[in-house]
Amino acid sequence: MREIPVLMITEIVDRLCRKANTVLRPDVLEAIHAMLGMEVSPTGVEVMEQIIKNADLAVVEQLPICQDTGYVTVFLEIGREVVLHGNVYQAIDEGVRRAYVDGYLRKSIVSCPLFERENTGDNTPAFVNIDMVAGDKVRVVVMPKGGGTENASQLRMLSVAGELAAVKEFVMEAAENAAKACPPVIVGVGIGGSFDKVGLMAKKALLRPIPDRNPDLRIAQLEAELLTEINKLGIGPAGLGGRITALTVKIETMPTHIACLPVAVAFNCHAARQAEAII
Amino acid sequence: MQTITKQIRTPLLDDAIVNLKAGDKVEITGTIYTARDQAHKRLVESIQRGEQLPFYLKGQIIYYAGPAPAPPGKVVGSIGPTTSARMDSYAPILVSHGLKGMIGKGPRSGEVKDALIRYNAVYLAATGGVAALLSSYVRSSELIAYPELGPEAIYKLEVENFPVIVAMDAWGGDLYEQSRLLYREI
Repeated sequence: MREIPVLMITEIVDRLCRKANTVLRPDVLEAIHAMLGMEVSPTGVEVMEQIIKNADLAVVEQLPICQDTGYVTVFLEIGREVVLHGNVYQAIDEGVRRAYVDGYLRKSIVSCPLFERENTGDNTPAFVNIDMVAGDKVRVVVMPKGGGTENASQLRMLSVAGELAAVKEFVMEAAENAAKACPPVIVGVGIGGSFDKVGLMAKKALLRPIPDRNPDLRIAQLEAELLTEINKLGIGPAGLGGRITALTVKIETMPTHIACLPVAVAFNCHAARQAEAII
Repeated sequence: MQTITKQIRTPLLDDAIVNLKAGDKVEITGTIYTARDQAHKRLVESIQRGEQLPFYLKGQIIYYAGPAPAPPGKVVGSIGPTTSARMDSYAPILVSHGLKGMIGKGPRSGEVKDALIRYNAVYLAATGGVAALLSSYVRSSELIAYPELGPEAIYKLEVENFPVIVAMDAWGGDLYEQSRLLYREI
């Protein structure tokens, strides 16, 4: 067994939160460059040029690419041969606290969703998903995500009889929300599982690099088809009209109940923030 | 779509507003005020109670934004627009009390559109998610109300050539609607 003190998790989460907020995902920046020539709207082109300028300036000035430095989702993959010494949840929150308080990132978490809505002051708690995997490593993926894109998400338990057509229809209906999610967006779709699992699948789909295609050819084809259809909606960069509404569509699937067809659609904005490390 | 850029100064005068059309590129110079969800709730409650507001509303522009903290040596942290729709229930009341401009992102309700037409006001879109870039147009920043709200406090900003696009004008023009029709292929 390999022993890892949770202090290492704190230090890595701190570093990754700062990096993710300052450095735009390189594959997103590449996609913006690559798709700039396909945009027909002058406003759309200008917005995409602003996105490129902003990414450069954020690195040079060490400023967050977006003022909404988000809530922090941490995906931990813990190798079964690893023993983590200490409270991993507290260690993650301490990392978030250090990054957001000392790193001049905006604190956007309220303690009570319904009544006081008082800011916790240090952007904690983080939302943590843990998977146990093979090996003796720990993979830490940090995804700070803004409230605007999160509010655009949709989840529906579809009728099994609706089949593929109902899934497409629901994704296209959800895609109408892209205007509120700072397009060009990344669209993550979860299909199958249960009410709780399908949302997580959609969220995890957002993490996949843009050039990545689903290994299942039928799903890869559906990803491509939905991207084409979404980019016909006319929403465009910043929602101000144009062709480039989405940069990519990523779909994840898993087994489900004989009576169920859950579908979730999550979005990431063009200011996609993500950073990872392996311990 | 206009390619020339119009310059506007705050406070906004009625003559300047009638010349703005949905789709116009505009640069703002002067004072603007940040306010988002909680600040709007308080401003509207103050109006309803007949209290004085933390700033003189007439002719002003509110920027729907909650900045990141300013790092040492900077006047402001990253500062981009938040989703305007969340302020839709408050905006018509503020417009009826003299607010002339709002900067935010995303489409808005019919009630907001009606208020813009009735009171000659304008809704301006800044690009969401380019907050480092937008901070470079801010010359000074001063916290003037509700410090306990943190990023939701009201900041008085001096901006120079702050880039926006007219999203909804005082004539009923709506760039979000018009551009969707223009570029929609299905």
